Amino acid sequence: MPTMLEVTDLGHSYRAKDGVHEAIGGVSFTVDAGELVCVVGPSGCGKSTLLRSIAGLISPTRGSTTLHGSPVQGVPDDLAVVFQDYSRSLFPWLTVQRNVEFPLRRSLGRAERQARAAEALDWVGLSGVGGKYTWQLSGGMQQRVAIARALAYRPALLLMDEPFASVDAQTRFELEDLLLRVTREHASTVLVVTHDIDESVYLGDRILVLSGAPSKVVADLTVDLPRERDQITTRESEAFVTLRSETARLLHGGRPRSTKPVTSANQAEDGQTVASRWADAERAETGRRATTT
Amino acid sequence: MRNLFLRRWALFAALVAAWEVAARLADNPFFPPPSEIAGTASGLWLSGPVDRLFLSDAVFSDVLPSVGRLLLGWGLAAVLGVALGVAIGRSPVARHYLGPLLTFARAVPPPALVPVFLVLFRVGTPMQLATITLGVLWPILLNSADGARSIDATKTDTAVVFRIPRAQWILGVVLPGALPKIFAGLRVSLSLSLVLMVVSELVGSTNGIGFKLLVAQREFDFPQLWAGIALLGVLGYLLNTALLTVERRMLAWQPRQEFVVKPTTAGD
Amino acid sequence: MRAFTRGTAGLVGFLALGEVATRSGLVPRASLPPPSVVLAGLAGLLADETFLLDVIATVLALVIAVAVASAIAVPLGLVLGGNPAVRQATRAVVEFLRPIPSVALIPLALVLLGSGPETKIALAVYASVWPILFNTVYALDELDGLLVETARAFGCGRLRVLLSVALPSALPFVLTGVRLAATTSLVVLVSTELLTGGNPGIGEFILEAGSGAGRMDLVLAGTVLAGILGYLVNAAFEGAGRRLLGWSALTRGRS
Ligand SMILES: Nc1ncnc2c1ncn2[C@@H]1O[C@H](COP(=O)(O)OP(=O)(O)OP(=O)(O)O)[C@@H](O)[C@H]1O
Ligand SMILES: [Mg+2]
Repeated sequence: MPTMLEVTDLGHSYRAKDGVHEAIGGVSFTVDAGELVCVVGPSGCGKSTLLRSIAGLISPTRGSTTLHGSPVQGVPDDLAVVFQDYSRSLFPWLTVQRNVEFPLRRSLGRAERQARAAEALDWVGLSGVGGKYTWQLSGGMQQRVAIARALAYRPALLLMDEPFASVDAQTRFELEDLLLRVTREHASTVLVVTHDIDESVYLGDRILVLSGAPSKVVADLTVDLPRERDQITTRESEAFVTLRSETARLLHGGRPRSTKPVTSANQAEDGQTVASRWADAERAETGRRATTT
Repeated sequence: MRNLFLRRWALFAALVAAWEVAARLADNPFFPPPSEIAGTASGLWLSGPVDRLFLSDAVFSDVLPSVGRLLLGWGLAAVLGVALGVAIGRSPVARHYLGPLLTFARAVPPPALVPVFLVLFRVGTPMQLATITLGVLWPILLNSADGARSIDATKTDTAVVFRIPRAQWILGVVLPGALPKIFAGLRVSLSLSLVLMVVSELVGSTNGIGFKLLVAQREFDFPQLWAGIALLGVLGYLLNTALLTVERRMLAWQPRQEFVVKPTTAGD
Repeated sequence: MRAFTRGTAGLVGFLALGEVATRSGLVPRASLPPPSVVLAGLAGLLADETFLLDVIATVLALVIAVAVASAIAVPLGLVLGGNPAVRQATRAVVEFLRPIPSVALIPLALVLLGSGPETKIALAVYASVWPILFNTVYALDELDGLLVETARAFGCGRLRVLLSVALPSALPFVLTGVRLAATTSLVVLVSTELLTGGNPGIGEFILEAGSGAGRMDLVLAGTVLAGILGYLVNAAFEGAGRRLLGWSALTRGRS
């Protein structure tokens, strides 16, 4: 498979009141075309920052990103993002259909646009509600609209930042299956940020485990599960459980036991450092929150 | 349905009737009975020929110029206020530099500027337009700026990620997002326009409803004075209803519609 | 801090621009004196006793008008807000009266009440009743039904509910209404003073300065002071709102 995304030594520091806060400290990995890669990491470790850097929403302080061969500067043309905050990412003054059409206005004629939007809504099982306003839908439906909008755009790379974090458990399962089905049908390349270990194992072809801030790639795990997944049987399977424990252990600062070599250079760091870094990051995080409120 | 109609209008009718009786009994020239006011009003404005929809010359020489100046002044303020407001709202730097200046501009009671405009433009339409436009600009501008500023970050990010072109960003995201606030500003400024129209005509005009009020007062023609006041009330009601209709249409997408009693809390 | 320095820079820049425009003759100097002259005039006025009395007259009228309007509009609003039937019955009357611009009543009020301060106060009251009334009614509409039911469940009567539940939760809205009423009052007071003349007030000062000697610097100084007054009135109410109603999210925003 050709490489779709290549991230090389990407780092970002925020300017804080007391100097700089290094959120990501040199992250390198690749994503092949058609792959679904999950990124997990402790809270506040810089997952959103990483995603926003890849999307070009912020320019990273160091490192580079290439998307199917061409270096990324600014927001790439064929990239879509599904944000966690679904209700805010949709435009309340547009109907569902028009929300999905919105990004297509630039490049497509009216008829083609409508056809594409209708098709994408059909993929996510929302063909009947195109005429409604988004606030007339449930949270899960709204997130499906956001997914449909991203899919209709036909991005080379789909980025998702904790896309299912604000929906209830049942809806979450449904949306996970929906994502798997739709992205596999269209051979989409997807990078999903999540803080949920189970979700990362269930969804991913690979899992990137990040350390606490300044985050680095602790492990790059290959998910050895059949591509066809099922909420009940997959989650019961021994491979799933093993992988989940492995991911959890890594997240908590353990040494990688995985067969695949870690791409980042920080495997030399012992678990202790990583764990204390994580704690530091959490402290920094709570400190920041406290000062801003 | 009939019952509802009755409940709505019974008190109104009763009050008018009471006024009629009281005015006839008191026979005070200051307080003519409503029937006389209505008679005067129809004589003044509705005594024209059939082919002009019964509108009399006074409508063309006084009422329409007034309404025209009001709409033109308010329209100019709306265009300027929304354009500048949205631009300022989207630019933190502009907000920093202009913030105190705008806060002060809004705080000046608009009629206080009338003498200044009187000197600058002399009596006449330009002076009245300046009074109306510069008087009602600030509520529109500040509300538009507030609306444009409060577009949330997720929507901005979404627009950036999908590389929405600039025109679509402004017309398709910023303006609709700011629209509820913009309308709040437009509503406040419409009633203020009516006030300033009257003030400017009382001070510096040779025609218009306000000017006619002054004439009626000088001639002690109280039915005409009352009729003028009632006409302004009707005008205010019609303008406000028209704006509300447009607003209801353009904001039909809003989840909650509270158009029954909307307080003018958004005056700033 | 940056916002403050930039804001000051904006103000100074505006004044400098005005100074250049007037001094260079871009704007006729006779009709628009330079800002430096206006500010000097304002400084002189602040030491002038008769001018200060004018200012006090307007402020006093403002306070009286807002107090009277509140005394009328808040109880009325509570009645209208609490009784849908009454509201429906009075709706036509309200909808007929509200759109009448208060300044249209000036010629009539002058004849009926004379040119004393009671005229401008009466007109200001008329204009200020509406924002307070509508905000009070709206507040009761927004009243959390759960709060009322809780109070009822604890055996509170209608009056207790009105006084101890409805009134406190309506207070932020009412205060917003009063603030708007004060701003409106100022507009009406200045207009009336400007149009009637002969009774002390800022509007009258501006009128005199403009008509007799044509002292545009004093006219503008008076206008600037009226603006400062408007700003202070607004800021005072916002400050009072924040202080009194720290618990309410409403006063924190720009509602
Ligand atoms: N705009 C900003 N300015 C300064 N610091 C920031 C900013 N955004 C994030 N940070 C800091 O950078 C670090 C990483 O933030 P980020 O939002 O990327 O973390 P995250 O892994 O997505 O967290 P979460 O799991 O809570 O979503 C945090 O410590 C945060 O405090
Ligand atoms: Mg995040």
